[in-house]
Amino acid sequence: MVSILPLVLTDATAHMRGKKLVGPVSLTLSPKGFTMVIGPNGAGKTTLLRLMHGLQRCTKGQVEWAVPAAQARDRQGFVFQSPIMMRRNVADSLAYPLRLRGMSKAEAQEKVAKCAGNFGLSDLLENVAPLLSGGEKQKLSLARALITEPEILFLDEPCANLDGRATREIEHILQQVQARGTRLVMSTHDMGQARRLAQDVIFLMQGKVHEHAAAESFFSAPTTAEAKAFINGDIVE
Amino acid sequence: MSGYSDGFGGAWKLIFTLDPDLYEIIFLSLQVTITAVIIASIIGLPMGAWLAVNRFMFRRYVIAVLNALMGLPPVVVGLFVYMALSRAGPLGGFGLLFSPAAMIIAQVIIITPLIASISHQTIRDLWAEYHDLLISMNATRTQRIRALLWDGRRALLTATLAGFGRAIGEVGAIMIVGGNIEHATRVLTTAIALETGKGNFAFAMGLGLVLIVIAVIINLAIHIVGKTERASTW
Ligand SMILES: Nc1ncnc2c1ncn2[C@@H]1O[C@H](COP(=O)(O)OP(=O)(O)O)[C@@H](O)[C@H]1O
Ligand SMILES: [Mg+2]
Repeated sequence: MVSILPLVLTDATAHMRGKKLVGPVSLTLSPKGFTMVIGPNGAGKTTLLRLMHGLQRCTKGQVEWAVPAAQARDRQGFVFQSPIMMRRNVADSLAYPLRLRGMSKAEAQEKVAKCAGNFGLSDLLENVAPLLSGGEKQKLSLARALITEPEILFLDEPCANLDGRATREIEHILQQVQARGTRLVMSTHDMGQARRLAQDVIFLMQGKVHEHAAAESFFSAPTTAEAKAFINGDIVE
Repeated sequence: MSGYSDGFGGAWKLIFTLDPDLYEIIFLSLQVTITAVIIASIIGLPMGAWLAVNRFMFRRYVIAVLNALMGLPPVVVGLFVYMALSRAGPLGGFGLLFSPAAMIIAQVIIITPLIASISHQTIRDLWAEYHDLLISMNATRTQRIRALLWDGRRALLTATLAGFGRAIGEVGAIMIVGGNIEHATRVLTTAIALETGKGNFAFAMGLGLVLIVIAVIINLAIHIVGKTERASTW
């Protein structure tokens, strides 16, 4: 199967009721890697990820996959900052994206059991999703997004509402996922997390990409004053 | 107060001796109302879901009209249905006036807006919650509506129960279009009105007790459905 990557943004811009939220952004996401999108609150991280995934309409410029957009859609996953839990138990929540794709009940069940094992959700299969703890919800979101084996996974500050232990668990899973070849694009406002995981960094401020660079060079030698300040932990707006 | 206690005692006797006239009325009431609820649900539930998920011109107005229809005085509905079904009316040819069918039509008109409106609110809230997820998962329009109806099924059941409660206790419209004809269109509410007027308290109270029991069961069912939703014993 031909890859849906690279993803190319050309002057991609998102407006909402005449107000510009993000852009114009031009960048390319290569087929492999772990991209971290960083920047202060309101910089446009969420909007940029939604724009790439197609949840936010591109009002100017282009967002182009290597295949037609309709074909690319089924091969992406998205993990939201606050988990969206369907009013179902964990097993049915995990089976849902598979059933949407027409997989038989038996086949889905088998895959759900295996996936739940990988994510440490096996004991929770009968639990009701909206009543899980924050960490469990986010693990379920991650498992649900990955169960269809997407080529690329977007994560919008997935650890923003989690404690240290749950964060470490998620990061561990993400490193394994990346090692298996899934393309990851994740936003965070946690510098430590960006340093631990990033292979390349997109630094956003006020809806514009200030820098897009390999992680080492970004952290050791940022080219803009804003990025330098942000890395140092100074307050930037 | 002897009339009161006599009526009460007589009522129980009628109920427990399985008085055929009493049970004929109960049976017809349930038949008419259940049929009306089924028809109103078939129209109202998908209509509510459709209004919640689709964007179109005048959508707000359609919803406003729906909410206004919910407050329609049943007597006026009865009047309109009567005029439509009477011999000179547009539907006069079917000869439905003073039949159970006429009562079903009136009840459907009264409770469909209620069911559609409650299901619209339910589905709208659930859609707001699920929107990004279902779009991200690339669910088709049909798949989306199916997920919303299924995951909202408890609230939707509450909507149909509320419709049932309203319909079974309705008297004005039913009286006008049904005519309260013995052995034909006499139901719980219209019979109570008639028997009370005649001073036949035992029979009226027997019917009243049955109606109360039905209403209590309905409200209990609504309560239980709501509780399982909150406690999430799904
Ligand atoms: N639905 C929306 N309507 C109007 N403005 C929005 C909407 N979503 C986001 N914004 C604005 O877009 C900008 C970027 O927001 P966001 O992408 O959420 O930033 P971040 O995720 O980096 O905190 C902010 O100024 C925010 O107020
Ligand atoms: Mg955000």
